[in-house]
Amino acid sequence: MIAESQGFAGYLRRDLLLAYRRRGEVASPLIFFVLVSTLIPLGISPDSARLAELAPGIIWVMALLATLLSTETLFASDYQDGSLEQLLISPQLLALPVLGKILAHWLVTGLPLTLVSPLIGLMLSLPAAGLLPMMASLALGTACLSLIGAVGAALTVSLRKGGLLLSVLVIPLYMPVIIFGSAAVQSAIDGLNWLGPLAVLAAMLSAAVALCPLAIAGALRLVSNN
Amino acid sequence: MAAGRNWNWFHRMGSPRWFYETTGRWLPWLWVLTLGLMLTGLIWGLAYAPQDAKQGNSFRIIYLHVPASFLALAGYYLMAIAGAIGLIWKMKLSYMVMKSAAPIGAALTFIALFTGAVWGKPTWGTYWVWDARITSMLILLFLYLGVLALQYAFHSQETGNKASAILALVGTVNIPIIYKSVDWWYTLHQPATIKFTSAPSMHMDMFQPLLVMIIAMYSFYGLALILYTRVEILRRERKSSWVRELALRTQPAQVDQ
Repeated sequence: MIAESQGFAGYLRRDLLLAYRRRGEVASPLIFFVLVSTLIPLGISPDSARLAELAPGIIWVMALLATLLSTETLFASDYQDGSLEQLLISPQLLALPVLGKILAHWLVTGLPLTLVSPLIGLMLSLPAAGLLPMMASLALGTACLSLIGAVGAALTVSLRKGGLLLSVLVIPLYMPVIIFGSAAVQSAIDGLNWLGPLAVLAAMLSAAVALCPLAIAGALRLVSNN
Repeated sequence: MAAGRNWNWFHRMGSPRWFYETTGRWLPWLWVLTLGLMLTGLIWGLAYAPQDAKQGNSFRIIYLHVPASFLALAGYYLMAIAGAIGLIWKMKLSYMVMKSAAPIGAALTFIALFTGAVWGKPTWGTYWVWDARITSMLILLFLYLGVLALQYAFHSQETGNKASAILALVGTVNIPIIYKSVDWWYTLHQPATIKFTSAPSMHMDMFQPLLVMIIAMYSFYGLALILYTRVEILRRERKSSWVRELALRTQPAQVDQ
């Protein structure tokens, strides 16, 4: 039991340290999020009324794409340098180290996106009532996205050009998250109860925490065997 | 002893050769059944069923649309169950069935979407609506495409099999969630103009041919799945002795190889 929790904490620490040493790489999803969001007013209109209407959806779509972009690298470097093999032959329960890695991934992608989102919200003139629900829904939702994306990343880790395939596999599975995520923001703006959609997101997160590590463990075992 | 005998059929079913030979005997009957039901249902539905009071003749596309939608969804579960059997019991045949189910299911989903669009134009005045059921079907098509893409992405057959089986299972867990959330999303944004003619409220004269067409589509699905799986068996077992013998026996019939 002790060894297993160590596996979780160990991989969490290791991945955070690795992320800290590759800060440029880690920052790119965040920069992508900000950059693409600034394209929207240029492409649609600078009119704040129109932007406000689109903002919840746009911010959610951008956050989803930014998470998707960063998911590809989740297991890639471990696979290339062989440390994934070491993890697989260790007698540990595979799910916990995997969960540690995913938590680290969320801490360096989902969490920064959540923290930066009010800024994007202001730029896209999102009504103030939507700011807090947006941060809450992004915090829960990006964690879901990291977990679901990790399944796709594990399945495609041994493929040289897995990135496009990964998005084909994972985007259909992302759809419930974006529906409830942007619904939470929209309900808050419309003055409705936004805790409902948020609770659904939390339920999805709980289910994903319970189930995704199993699928990821299975996928990593079979893909690294060939 | 009894338990041993009971499991015999299961192990025999895992043999591609047994499957190939048994379904070879079934095929003519299945062809007759499928064509018979399909022709009956189509002629009955397209020519003899009464016109719809509001939609006129355009409603008749239901005889293709509804059966295709049924099988598109049922086919995904069949594919996922075949994948699960493959993962659990390491059954080769099961993976071949899974691989064959993917393109058939994707094609049926596309047919359901296409006939829906064709039907939507005269009925709602537009080819595409972001309706809950249409959106769910579109996502189902994407799920099928993902399984198909993953199946062909690996050099090793074995890895491709297992990876797409895992993906199919993940998709299966997700389908109810996707359906529910799309449903919820739709009620949130519902445009009030669309009304469906739902099946139970249909007149019996319209419903009976639909029932025939649904059974015909199940039969067609079985036939297509068996044909695809047989080809897959021959392709994967081409180095085994029984396939060679089979090829040698049938070769004189093919003049230019």
